[in-house]
Amino acid sequence: MCNALLKVEDLTKQFGGLLAVNKVNFEVYEGEILAIIGPNGAGKTSIFNLISKLMPATSGSVHFLNENITGLKSYQVAARGITRTFQATSLFDQLRVVDNLAIGRRVRTRTRSWDAILHNSVWKKDKEETTLKVMMMLGFIGLQEKPFHFVSSLSQEEQKRLAIGVALMSDPKIILLDEPCGGINNDETEGITQLIRNIKEAGITVCLIEHKMRMVMGLADRIVVLNYGCKIAEGEPQEIRSNPTVIEAYLGGGNHC
Amino acid sequence: MDIKKILKEKWPYLFLLLVAFAVPVLVSSRYVFQVIVISVVWSVAALSLNLVLGYTGLASLAHAGFFGIGAYGVALLTRGGMSFWLALPLSALLATVVGLFIAMPALRTRESYFAISTLCFGVIIYIVAGNWLSLTGGHTGIIGIPRVTPIRLPFLTIEFTSLTSQYYLVLVLLLLTLFVMHRLVYSLQGLTFMSIRNNEVLAEAVGINAFSTKLLSFCIANFIVALAGGVYAPLMGSISPTVTMHILTFNWLVFTLLGGVATLAGPIIGAFAITVLIESLYFLGEYQLIIFGALLIVVIIYFPRGLMGIYDNLSLKAKDFYQQRRSGFKDVQRIAQSRGSD
Repeated sequence: MCNALLKVEDLTKQFGGLLAVNKVNFEVYEGEILAIIGPNGAGKTSIFNLISKLMPATSGSVHFLNENITGLKSYQVAARGITRTFQATSLFDQLRVVDNLAIGRRVRTRTRSWDAILHNSVWKKDKEETTLKVMMMLGFIGLQEKPFHFVSSLSQEEQKRLAIGVALMSDPKIILLDEPCGGINNDETEGITQLIRNIKEAGITVCLIEHKMRMVMGLADRIVVLNYGCKIAEGEPQEIRSNPTVIEAYLGGGNHC
Repeated sequence: MDIKKILKEKWPYLFLLLVAFAVPVLVSSRYVFQVIVISVVWSVAALSLNLVLGYTGLASLAHAGFFGIGAYGVALLTRGGMSFWLALPLSALLATVVGLFIAMPALRTRESYFAISTLCFGVIIYIVAGNWLSLTGGHTGIIGIPRVTPIRLPFLTIEFTSLTSQYYLVLVLLLLTLFVMHRLVYSLQGLTFMSIRNNEVLAEAVGINAFSTKLLSFCIANFIVALAGGVYAPLMGSISPTVTMHILTFNWLVFTLLGGVATLAGPIIGAFAITVLIESLYFLGEYQLIIFGALLIVVIIYFPRGLMGIYDNLSLKAKDFYQQRRSGFKDVQRIAQSRGSD
């Protein structure tokens, strides 16, 4: 396996008396698809929120490319190359598809207010590059037929694709996908699965949370299993499938922390 | 782009521009002309409020405070002997710096809390303007503000003594503001502002620094409204703390909401429509506000996108209607042709 791109060490999050994430350790290697699974309330989304700095950790650390990013802010983490999607599809829903994608590229552009007002070379270069990138991304996520549609007119699956596209626009090194197939049918799940494979082929590391086990087992290179905020197993899909602790957790077993 | 294409695509805007430049010829009444001049100043103020409120989603209620800082700045500096053309940007910069200090704590809050905190800062500016006797003249204000300094060119001197020249001055300010707003809004920077209004959490997750984006929008809006205030002071010749009062902010808020929030034309349409409405209801005295209030409620409930929303809906319906008619006409033609061929 390649180098560890992301390293989570003893990550802990406490909400009052509830320990949502309890000293979780894992690594995400460059170029792989790592799935984080577990029953509802296991702390999967909390881990994504801690990595992307949507909320601060109680203790523990997150290292990205050997840099400690624990104290950074959400936008700084994104600028380093970690972007994400959200469990409840989150988009700029008053804007059109192309605008959503262009905003996703903003972090890689240099246009400031003066450049926009003066229409100088910086503005021109950014505009051309962003337009090109948006057109490429529309094709990549399969929304080339709907560039000027408003988000509200897109289907649930199209919105999921767009959310992934927005996160990919800044050329991240790793993308965190929180239930990319939640709320969509089997055919649509197949389409999103293929899209995730394409992301991996494009050289972007994927870390995903998903409840659809068939999809996870067929897609992930490795799986981390959480229960009650603790990591209870880690390994390749075949190992996880036959792990008795995992089976017990999914059948409603006790706390193994 | 060739001239023919520009004329074909942009003719409504060019027509409006032509009308705007012809106003001194078209309007004979001095009173109506004065109303138009003040509506142009309010348009600039409403446009700047629209940037921070409409595009960035921040309900800044200290806006009149910055208008007042611009007005007081120009009044004091020009009375001290400084040229208006130097006093104007300096006063606008002062308002921006004051805004920066206000924004630091205020931008830590969100939504209604931000509105309340900026309202408080606006009231503080009003209190300072009313009580710093040695500087602002207290509630009496400042009188005898010098007229706008003439522009002396080698072959021409432009004086700003007549109402016509003052009109062109505020019109140029409005056109410049529109130009800046248009360039900002239809750029990546404009999309960045809108991303904050639309979904701040996602904006941060894709790498946008929400705090500095909001700060930038707030500062640009304050700079522009202070320019409006700076032009207002010499036009009026005297100012008092009322130029910093929150009631002005609420007026601009109503202009923006009624005209169409987050549109470029909306605040200007609102500023003109409401000023004309208020003036035409003048005979009702204090009861005019009842009519005005009822109208406001109706528009907000039934037309949340304001007058621009109504215009958009109507133009969309008209487009559909003509398309249907055209396709209907084509059907008739097709049937006629098929019958002819039979």
